[in-house]
Amino acid sequence: MAAMIGLVPLIPLLSSIVLMLTYAVLPRLLIGVLGVGSVAAAAILTLLIGMDFLADPQPFQLVLWTWMQVGNFSPGISFYFDGLTLVMMSVITGVGFLIHLFSTEFMEQDASYARYFAYLNMFVAAMLILVMADNLLLLYLGWEGVGVCSYLLVGFWYQNSANGQAARKAFVVTRIGDTAMALGLFLLFTELGTLEIQPMLAMANQQWQLGDMLPLIACLLLLGGAVGKSAQLPLHTWLPDAMAGPTPVSALIHAATMVTAGVYLIARTHDLFLLAPTAMMVVAFIGLATSLMAAFTALMQSDIKRILAYSTISQIGYMFLALGVGAWTAGIFHLMTHAFFKALLFLGSGAIIHYLHHEHDIFKMGGLRKKMPITFWSFLIGSAALAALPMTSGFFSKDQILLQAYQLPQLGPWLWLGGLLGALLTAIYSFRLVFVVFFGQAKTEPSGDVGWRMGVPLILLCALAMLGGYFVIPVADVFPIASTDHPAHWVEYVSIATPVLGLLLAYLLFYSKQLNMDGLINSSVGQVLRGFWLSGWRIDWLYDLVFVKPYTMLSGLMKNEPVDGFYGLVIAINQTFNYWGMRSQTGRMRWYIGSMVFGLILLLTLALQIPAEAL
Amino acid sequence: MDGLNIPLNHILLVSTLLFSIGLLGLMIRRNIIFILMSLEVMLNAAALAFVAAGAHWGQPDGQIVFMLILSVAAAEVAVGLGLVLQVQRRFKTLDMDSADRMRG
Repeated sequence: MAAMIGLVPLIPLLSSIVLMLTYAVLPRLLIGVLGVGSVAAAAILTLLIGMDFLADPQPFQLVLWTWMQVGNFSPGISFYFDGLTLVMMSVITGVGFLIHLFSTEFMEQDASYARYFAYLNMFVAAMLILVMADNLLLLYLGWEGVGVCSYLLVGFWYQNSANGQAARKAFVVTRIGDTAMALGLFLLFTELGTLEIQPMLAMANQQWQLGDMLPLIACLLLLGGAVGKSAQLPLHTWLPDAMAGPTPVSALIHAATMVTAGVYLIARTHDLFLLAPTAMMVVAFIGLATSLMAAFTALMQSDIKRILAYSTISQIGYMFLALGVGAWTAGIFHLMTHAFFKALLFLGSGAIIHYLHHEHDIFKMGGLRKKMPITFWSFLIGSAALAALPMTSGFFSKDQILLQAYQLPQLGPWLWLGGLLGALLTAIYSFRLVFVVFFGQAKTEPSGDVGWRMGVPLILLCALAMLGGYFVIPVADVFPIASTDHPAHWVEYVSIATPVLGLLLAYLLFYSKQLNMDGLINSSVGQVLRGFWLSGWRIDWLYDLVFVKPYTMLSGLMKNEPVDGFYGLVIAINQTFNYWGMRSQTGRMRWYIGSMVFGLILLLTLALQIPAEAL
Repeated sequence: MDGLNIPLNHILLVSTLLFSIGLLGLMIRRNIIFILMSLEVMLNAAALAFVAAGAHWGQPDGQIVFMLILSVAAAEVAVGLGLVLQVQRRFKTLDMDSADRMRG
């Protein structure tokens, strides 16, 4: 079975290539079968390999061939498989399959049906390569591959130039992080002599001491890549704009899989981060700051997809927080549950948008509970899991993160408190969404509820979002064992009570309207704060001011080639003289004679000025 | 000889006047015949100055140069009249300004 692992990314890749080559020739049904079937095959293979692995949990390596050979550097096309890989592969192929199935209905009317599935399959292949790679270079190939697919899919509806803008933004901003990551790879290679992850980590543990400078730099550079890909502060600005793509794309790439690649990278190289406690602290604080910033922003948005985008940023912030405090298992666990419930929420919003004539504004929805029952229930379950209400999957993972954050010496309780505030906000904004969209007065009439191809993924994801918390992820051998002692009971009770409090607040604010915030919102301070949060803490504005505007100004200046301007001046002077010289050639003899006479008189006059003695 | 003792300056003044008239004619006339005539006037002005100077210093050189100028003028007229005929044939006019194709 182990030898089959290479087929998992190969099947979607082949399907993608076939779809690209036979573009617009295949009938729609076949395109759908190919697109969904290839991912389904990958999912089944993953399941079989996973069952084998769980029976005998031995990590193994599969070397297919050598990619290139330069001196003593010979990265292979080779895969490494352990519990962490299995979790990631299951999420990618499992959730990926459901989203593909959902897409067949969502994209049914789209003219570029084949192109859509070609990109989506290519994305799945690249993402699988990313998580299966046994060396960092192959991982980087997958890393860039998913970046390209993300770019292509965000700008999928390219006829609208705003979508192209969003795609470019997503590409360029993540590229900043990727550059840092590439530098990190160079550093690791020059220092440790290999990019193969397992030998490299072993070597790092031999060569470097705890708290050395080099692992810190290497970790921060890798973190740069992770921050870009996972949309954390300060490189998060691309994700809300990336919602320009089709909604299933947002579910697959910008919620469930690609944006968690940064989390995976840090978890995969956790031995390195353990050598650099400062880098771990940075990870934790970036995570916490991002999760709070995004939660406040999500509270103010009115576009359903932007709310979910900011909540994704916020939840990945939680994963970073978990990684930063050394709660590796909890971080990956949250990655998995988040993939379930966020994919569910995105697909639910996709269904709403699909059947509500591409309406994105939640205040123009309302009262959809009766009209779209399947969507309502999936949204309710997804929101409950997102808010981490007890017994949902999100509860188990987020609770673990908070409790382990609390146990960190010194700063732990503060991180816990910050995380708790985030959890409260999460509960408020997710149930604000539910109450505004599904309760109250109906404002737009939906054209129906989901068909089976949308319904089945939603129902299955509902089940996963509810039950995912009971899964035990097989990463015990991958990560160092977390401490098993529990903090005081009140900590746990507060952690449980906070989301419920958030739900209650959301109910009072947005459903029964017993709490009225209008006065507060309409006050001058409230308006300023609201605008500030609505714009995502003005970070886009700031980047625009600091980076984009000076750059466009400079390039506008350079467009006219100021250095060439100098040489242009020489030319212009010559041309002027040439023009006047040419104009003097009238071809009329009388003018020539006249000018000769004039010159003669001038010369004679000058000659007469010379005193006789000088001659 | 005494009765004809005209000071050199007077002759040179006449010569200068003749030359200026010729030059002025050259500059303002458009008719090519008149231009040629103006040229003749200028040549003769120069010749007059030579003859006068030769007489003044009692040298034969002035008259020799006069002979040279005379032959130059004859040759010039021969060429010039040829040109006049060509201009007339090509442009159907004697206006010198019409032959301005060599402008810049």
